[in-house]
Amino acid sequence: MAAKNQKISGEVMQESILSNAIKPPQPVEFTREEELRVYREMLLIRRFEEKAGQLYGMGLIGGFCHLYIGQEAVVVGVLKATKKGDQIITSYRDHGHMLAVGMSPRGVMAELMGRSSGFSKGKGGSMHMFSEEKSFYGGHGIVGAQVPLGTGLAFANSYRGNNSVSLTFFGDGAANQGQVYESFNMASLWKLPIIYVIENNQYAMGTSVARASAETDLSRRGLSFEIPGLVVDGMDVRAVKAAADEAVVWARGGKGPIILDMQTYRYRGHSMSDPAKYRSKEEVQRIRTEHDAIDQVRQRLLEKGWVIENDLKKIDKDVRAIVADAADFAQSDPEPDVSSLYTDILV
Amino acid sequence: MAIDILMPALSPTMEEGTISKWVKKEGDKVTTGDVIAEIETDKAIMEVEAVDDSIMGKILIPEGTVGVKVNTRIAVLLEEGEIAADIDRGAASVIPQPALGPVDHVAMPLASCSIPARPIAVSIADDSDIPRGTEMQMLTVREALRDAIAEEMRRDKNVFLMGEEVAQYQGAYKVSQGLLEEFGKRRVVDTPITEHAFAGLGVGAAFAGLRPIVEFMTFNFAMQAIDQIINSAAKTRYMSGGQMSASIVFRGPNGAAARVAAQHSQCYAAWYGHIPGLKVVAPYTAADAKGLLKTAIRDDNPIIFLENELLYSLQFEVPKLDDFMLPIGRARIHKIGSDVTIVAFGAGMRYAIEAVEELIKIGVDAELIDLRTIRPMDMSTIIESVKKTGRIVTIEEGFPQSSIGTEIATRVMQQAFDWLDAPVLTIAGKDVPMPYATNLEKIALPSVAEVLDAVKAVTYKS
Repeated sequence: MAAKNQKISGEVMQESILSNAIKPPQPVEFTREEELRVYREMLLIRRFEEKAGQLYGMGLIGGFCHLYIGQEAVVVGVLKATKKGDQIITSYRDHGHMLAVGMSPRGVMAELMGRSSGFSKGKGGSMHMFSEEKSFYGGHGIVGAQVPLGTGLAFANSYRGNNSVSLTFFGDGAANQGQVYESFNMASLWKLPIIYVIENNQYAMGTSVARASAETDLSRRGLSFEIPGLVVDGMDVRAVKAAADEAVVWARGGKGPIILDMQTYRYRGHSMSDPAKYRSKEEVQRIRTEHDAIDQVRQRLLEKGWVIENDLKKIDKDVRAIVADAADFAQSDPEPDVSSLYTDILV
Repeated sequence: MAIDILMPALSPTMEEGTISKWVKKEGDKVTTGDVIAEIETDKAIMEVEAVDDSIMGKILIPEGTVGVKVNTRIAVLLEEGEIAADIDRGAASVIPQPALGPVDHVAMPLASCSIPARPIAVSIADDSDIPRGTEMQMLTVREALRDAIAEEMRRDKNVFLMGEEVAQYQGAYKVSQGLLEEFGKRRVVDTPITEHAFAGLGVGAAFAGLRPIVEFMTFNFAMQAIDQIINSAAKTRYMSGGQMSASIVFRGPNGAAARVAAQHSQCYAAWYGHIPGLKVVAPYTAADAKGLLKTAIRDDNPIIFLENELLYSLQFEVPKLDDFMLPIGRARIHKIGSDVTIVAFGAGMRYAIEAVEELIKIGVDAELIDLRTIRPMDMSTIIESVKKTGRIVTIEEGFPQSSIGTEIATRVMQQAFDWLDAPVLTIAGKDVPMPYATNLEKIALPSVAEVLDAVKAVTYKS
């Protein structure tokens, strides 16, 4: 599945963007420390999301809850290529991004449960969390709306000349939104420092890419705006990191926007209420078995003799403890005071 | 046969203009397609083109003449063989000359209809927000808005203006005239015609700490962007528990202009007035336009700033102060009175002002409140007035259902029921899409007669 549309081949071609000719990401080997770090970060997201799923089932989390399970390598790999000041903005499938930028699991879980210590004081919920400190600009519930917003973050970088890059994440569903192309046009016209990360998990809710998109190779969606694109194996965190490295160099170097078509997969339904009847159990199982992002790192760590099983068990235990602590904290955290109903509307 | 050239109407709202240049002089040969003259409107200099081969016989209105009414005879062309003496025999046929387009050959945007070329002076009551003895200058609303933007851009480097035709074209309605020259293209940004994304882009830039002024060529086009305005700009402060917000001004002409039909003639005051997380401003005078826009640009909230094309050329006294600001959320008593309260805003003030003058003639002393801000609405000023007069009539050009007037009526009923001596009457545009035909458009909009009838009804004078 991953990289099935790979069309970036070996050499750096001339500066013609229309041929998608930017330097293709070379496979990068991670050091032991890097492997361990991404393993831990991806595992935290997965365990956190599993816990969120449980708590949803218990009625402690309400509304819409879109889990990131299966897609962990995308945000973790991309963020390994960024530096302080680079901004992150994404859709409503955002828990993984928040954990990856370093927002506290307690604060995220408390928000999921609508509690006062949540990142939005219980007023935003799963889809609407922000952290100025971590340069995380949400958490947006309208499909595609974060794309102009992320382009605006890049505009601000360009306006200030601060050398920061906007990382704007959206799904294959949003990739069909008109405002995405309006944004592409302005970003390219004004050479804004932005990386459009398409988290192509193959299904826009229940509609496969092929059923919704005339051009299914989403890396080509920027061609008429002279925006290059790369197809990336979004289940291999090293490939994600390598592609993001290239993209960051491109965007920070003043060449304007670039698209990364991250081929990924979500194991759960679109949201908690989605039974995912539009795909076979076998398809999901095959990807979990053959392509799982966390398993890939785990196997490499073991094969290289960098860790033994017990080391990984310890990491798993640590991560579970963090998640359990977040859940306990959130459950004991009070609901927002009713007086807060009328605050934070205007200043 | 001699052919009269009449002063052409060069836009839907043009009533008069200036003959800036006669390109052809008396006795010159004129070939079809030749430019005969240049006519200046408030927004552009337009060329008038000959539609027939002829000779320039007589120029009736010399160049430099201002305030020439549409359809005035401005020159006479002669056909082959005719002589100037043939002119004035009264048999001249009348052929209005079509306009070529602006001299710079950029197509006029569809909605960039013009405005009366000559400023119309309007007298207003004292404003308690302006210190007595302040030196005043006459400015059009258009100039006042530009001055507000320029002053704030000089003051704060995070303020920038973006929108369609704001830079090189100098503004579709010339509000941004001169700003590109002063501030450069980094801060005066021409956008593609993509309201949805440039509105969102502005909100994103505001999240990052800039202070964008997003101009919509008209608010009719902002309907494409309304998701970003409401879901992204207005709600983010709340959804983030106060962590993140957009200091942004969305501004541009709102409401009906003239003869541009349903899609280009709509008032959005009630639409945006409905939304928590927005402030909505709708000035009438140039002083209010300037003082409120400066405040809006400095405000840390998303602001909808509703202007009106038909007000841009009106001239008012504006205080000559270094930093003239007015508070958002406060109405202004335009005229003090005791018999009936009239509340209006923006273009609706035109009907109100005329009606108030008529009412004086029949012995009704109306109090006229210019709302100035739609949200937050200054109900205390309205309620205090109603407690004095016992009657209230509201005026707006928007649709009647769920309107600003019905909102005021509800709140007056709830907060001043015991003081009311008559039902609240609300004057609004008719409950129809705006028609094109002159006669239908006229009756679709409110009228002074409707205001007078309403006031007579609530004062039991009819």
